[in-house]
Amino acid sequence: MENVVKVETLVLPGKLAQRKWGDRAFRWLTLLMAFSIFALIALIGCELAKGSHIALARFGWRFLATSDWDPVNEQFGALPFIFGTLVSSAIALIIAVPLSIATAIYLTELAPQWLRTSLSLFIELLAAVPSVILGLWGIFVMVPCLREHVFPALRTALGFLPLFRGPIYGVSILAGGIIIAIMIVPIITSVSREILRSVPGLQREAAYALGATRWEVTRIAVLGYAKKGLFGAVILGLGRALGETMAVTMVIGNRPEIAASLFAPGYTLASVIANEFTEATTDIYLNALFEIGLVLLGVTILVNVAAQLLLKTFGGPGMKPQN
Amino acid sequence: MSKMNATNHRWRKAKNALMQTLTLGCALLAIAPLVLVFYHLAKSGVGAVNWDFFTKLPRPVGEAGGGMANAIVGSFVLLGLAALIGVPVGVLGGVFLSEYGSSKLNWWIRFAADVLNGVPSIIWGIVVYALVVVPMKGFSTWAGGIVLGMMMIPLIMRTTEEVLQLVPVGFREAALALGIAQWRAIIQIIMRTALKGVVTGVLLALARVAGETAPLLFTAFGNRFWNHSLSNPIAALPLQIFTYAISPYDDWHRQAWAGALVLLLIITVIDVSVRVLTRDRFRKTA
Repeated sequence: MENVVKVETLVLPGKLAQRKWGDRAFRWLTLLMAFSIFALIALIGCELAKGSHIALARFGWRFLATSDWDPVNEQFGALPFIFGTLVSSAIALIIAVPLSIATAIYLTELAPQWLRTSLSLFIELLAAVPSVILGLWGIFVMVPCLREHVFPALRTALGFLPLFRGPIYGVSILAGGIIIAIMIVPIITSVSREILRSVPGLQREAAYALGATRWEVTRIAVLGYAKKGLFGAVILGLGRALGETMAVTMVIGNRPEIAASLFAPGYTLASVIANEFTEATTDIYLNALFEIGLVLLGVTILVNVAAQLLLKTFGGPGMKPQN
Repeated sequence: MSKMNATNHRWRKAKNALMQTLTLGCALLAIAPLVLVFYHLAKSGVGAVNWDFFTKLPRPVGEAGGGMANAIVGSFVLLGLAALIGVPVGVLGGVFLSEYGSSKLNWWIRFAADVLNGVPSIIWGIVVYALVVVPMKGFSTWAGGIVLGMMMIPLIMRTTEEVLQLVPVGFREAALALGIAQWRAIIQIIMRTALKGVVTGVLLALARVAGETAPLLFTAFGNRFWNHSLSNPIAALPLQIFTYAISPYDDWHRQAWAGALVLLLIITVIDVSVRVLTRDRFRKTA
């Protein structure tokens, strides 16, 4: 290292005072920067509340429970968007959760060593694919494929359920759910992998010593131990699913209606903002969109707080501390 | 008795094998979309990427050809502005978390940063719209840079803290024992030791925001021409891909595929260089 301190700087009293000063200033500077996190959270909340105050005053709680979305007559209700967001996220979780947790288990417990690194690399690369590129692929590859092959097959096989009836357009709430699932698989997988990895080796060894097979070790010693953390990973994925915007907007069909069929187009909180924000010409319209943002923020903050609490507090004896 | 044990054993082994295959199947299914996306990008994108794509402006509808030069440059301008905001705040905040602060306070800051990371990007977009675009009376490059910069702050803060924690305590003690001021010890010794890691964190954050579209919709807005001032709207690759993808024109669709291929290549290059950097770091400390 070339950071040699000259000895005389250590003894001069003037320098000492200067040093103390520098220390204090630097400390305050870093403190300020660290606190910018709280400032940002406050800023987001304030701006959204400020931007939506007219709508808040005019519609009140009714906003969440009515389903008219009529900018011309200035009637705004967020129910179809809340419905679309919840249903598409639920579909995404149903697909993504078993897939990602099984993948995480395979990667940490069951796979041979050489496969672990390359498979994890693929998962990380999938996480790096931007939403808009997945959306592009969704429009031109996935949706046509769903329309031609998958949806008709589903309708013949499961058409007795109202979920799988009605006309097929391709763009639909189900397509939105599938694309969200693709987006959240890497997140849930990598967080679950970290959690499974942090389970102490002693747990596994104890189970092996009792003569358990690899799968039994995983099931008894690892999964039981990591349950809470895995739940946290799933909730984290839910948070991402609720706020996913571009890819969903491109395949969900963007129609504000509540339909029983999963083949019907839908609309989500995030995509109505993305589509209509620049078209909002009246104050009340813009306010309503800000209020949609406020609803979305409220839900995602709650979900994320829950996820972080689960992830930061799970554990048992011998567990490495998480942060 | 022993016979029962044997069948039981066989059943357990079979179950073990079954679960191995089942989870392997899930893993393959999980990466299948990536393979498909890459395949279609290569198939539809490669043909559309040519010299014009990198050097020409977009052509009006109906005229074939043209490129996305302005969007590529625009994306880098936005990333540069974002780094100007996100890097100092994020890195210094990370220094606070690692070097100063009580464990309780730090827990709260970390917690808040992790929650902030989960805020949907579209929300950031409308917040910066209200904060910058409305007072400036127009969409601007500034607004786009600010929104991406803000999104980088929690990301960089967390990674910086993590890599600074990897610097052995002995380094800190040795520096302080020599009588060097703590802030200089942090900058000249701790930060320098962890520099590679800090750069890695910054690059990861850049790669992450490089593909963001939603926050740019109402901030940078997009532009079909060259941008000459930071207070004017600017084009960005993800925005251009989105506009072209939802347009009804075949030629624009081809351009969208080309843009997606280029964007993904940029992000992958950053990602891979990060991987090389970190592999080096771990080998050294190990």
